[in-house]
Amino acid sequence: MNLRTLTANRLGDGAVVYLTGDGDWSRSINDGRLITSTEEGDDALRVARRCLEAHAVVEPYLIDIIADTGSRRPAGTRELIRSRGPSIAAGVPAEQR
Amino acid sequence: MYRYDEFDQTLVDERVVQFRDQVQRRLSGELTEPQFKPLRLMNGLYMQLHAYMLRVAIPYGMMSSEQLRMLAHIARRYDRGYGHFTTRQNIQYNWPKLPEVPDLLADLAKVQMNAIQTSGNSFRNTTADQYGGVAADEIEDPRIWSEIIRQWSTLHPEFSFLPRKFKIAVTGSPNDRAAVRFHDIGIVIVEGDGGEIGFEVLVGGGLGRSPFVAKTIRDFLPKQHLLSYLEAILRVYNQLGRRDNLFKARIKILVHETGTEEFARLVEDEWAQIKDAGVDLSVEEVGRIKAYFAPPVYEALDADVAEFRAQRDADPDFDLWAGTNLAPHRQPGYAIVNLSLKPEGGPPGDATADQMDRVADLADTFSLGEIRVTHEQNLVFAHVRQADLHELWTELTAIAMTTPNMGLITDTICCPGLDYCNLANARSIPVAQRISRRFADLKLQHNIGELRIKMSGCINACGHHHAGHIGILGVDRKGEEYYQITLGGSGAEDASIGKVIGPAFSEDAVVDAVATVVNVYVAKRKDGERFLDTCRRIGPEPFKEKLYGAH
Repeated sequence: MNLRTLTANRLGDGAVVYLTGDGDWSRSINDGRLITSTEEGDDALRVARRCLEAHAVVEPYLIDIIADTGSRRPAGTRELIRSRGPSIAAGVPAEQR
Repeated sequence: MYRYDEFDQTLVDERVVQFRDQVQRRLSGELTEPQFKPLRLMNGLYMQLHAYMLRVAIPYGMMSSEQLRMLAHIARRYDRGYGHFTTRQNIQYNWPKLPEVPDLLADLAKVQMNAIQTSGNSFRNTTADQYGGVAADEIEDPRIWSEIIRQWSTLHPEFSFLPRKFKIAVTGSPNDRAAVRFHDIGIVIVEGDGGEIGFEVLVGGGLGRSPFVAKTIRDFLPKQHLLSYLEAILRVYNQLGRRDNLFKARIKILVHETGTEEFARLVEDEWAQIKDAGVDLSVEEVGRIKAYFAPPVYEALDADVAEFRAQRDADPDFDLWAGTNLAPHRQPGYAIVNLSLKPEGGPPGDATADQMDRVADLADTFSLGEIRVTHEQNLVFAHVRQADLHELWTELTAIAMTTPNMGLITDTICCPGLDYCNLANARSIPVAQRISRRFADLKLQHNIGELRIKMSGCINACGHHHAGHIGILGVDRKGEEYYQITLGGSGAEDASIGKVIGPAFSEDAVVDAVATVVNVYVAKRKDGERFLDTCRRIGPEPFKEKLYGAH
């Protein structure tokens, strides 16, 4: 099975968050729980469902990740952009503001 | 422009109170996400990739300077200092926080704005020709009828849960600047036999997964019957439109599968039953709404403004802008000014709060305090004296809104794409930015001439790619972004759907592919031929040969 982690959006501001090993949520994918088996995935989803019921996050799901030395990144473009934010500068280029 | 009456204001104020309670109940846990989601969508609030997104309605793209200042305030107070003007003449904010949205909506309500029906399976913002009331080629002002449709379609009890979303566009000119043929209903104001003004009614247009050009079901509808006829169309759709399949739920599929003639017959039968049931407005009520759009008092000026002519002669940059970004005004001595939201390398349609504030001030000084948004994601000042144009151009240049590129290759329509949108498969803004930089040379752009690139990050086609002279569609291939190119689309009165030219291009190759297409056009065009004309004359083969010939 691919390496995975669990992500969701925070209820209050919609920010992208990752489920940590101790059942909390972090903005950094590097803090995300490393999931290496179906059982670990099911366990993470159970924790996330409790958080859903506690109204901390919305729409949790598992994503494939690639773990390099000391850091992790999502396997696909969509999740890469979710983890890093928009790939473009906000508004108009700074030199034209 | 239209001003809310007590009913409009009460409705909007009450909706803010209602939504404040719903948000509070969501945050406290009284409402679950499945319970809350349809409620927030009814108020234009989406969950996107990184945050919530709020879409604010700008009815038929028209707003006052006071309203634009409020949009700037909202960008600054509740968001990250900018907003994105959309192909439905609306504005989107990408970073609002749920607990603050009720206050945001309350601020909007103070200036007679709201986010009602900017999402969900209901009527969306009715769009219209941005030159309404001032265009030299106009038969009648489309804003009057757009406002009547807005009032009729807002919280219409019978049509609040349609099979799918529903979009109407209105043009008062034979030159279609509102893409009416790609709407669920397109309304074209026409002059009938004997000079009577009425409507040509088209249905079943749309983009997305299954693009269709709308079909005319009535060549001439007398003006007084507009609402009853629209109601008849909606009744047929509401009854027969599919609710079992999301991809077949739009009216375009119903019209296509029923056949235009049979669909028209069903509408006429329905209309015969409700025509005299009191749906249509009285002449007095139409007159009351029309009065809000009465032409302003213009100065009596000569059509030939010597000062303006001399300024064009003296300043080549100003002359280039005037030749590209102005449109003919029906009033002698005045001009319609297009403010480009497509600066070199900028995200198409974005404006910062500071820019919005400055535009509002300039609208007060130069254009009767009124601003319009175009479906091509630019802004318009509709009432500028030609003698003031040079001064206005100087002021607008200081805020990067005078790129002389209206209708040119860098005037790209572009959806937010995978940088923001939850539905997108690929990014679109970075591709638009690279095209903008690649063709930034103004001589080059002007030599290429009219060429409308439209780009979407997914098949839902918010960026109108099917209707682009060159269309670009972002697709996902095993987690990688690819871009499919279509050629020969048009959103104008000669509406057509672009055809896929061949296999998609990688992110690295797509801008070169666009350049190759442009080079083929330049090599093959005849004198005076636009890109679209050449494309239609020579067909896809010469383009294919250059794009794929080596493979």
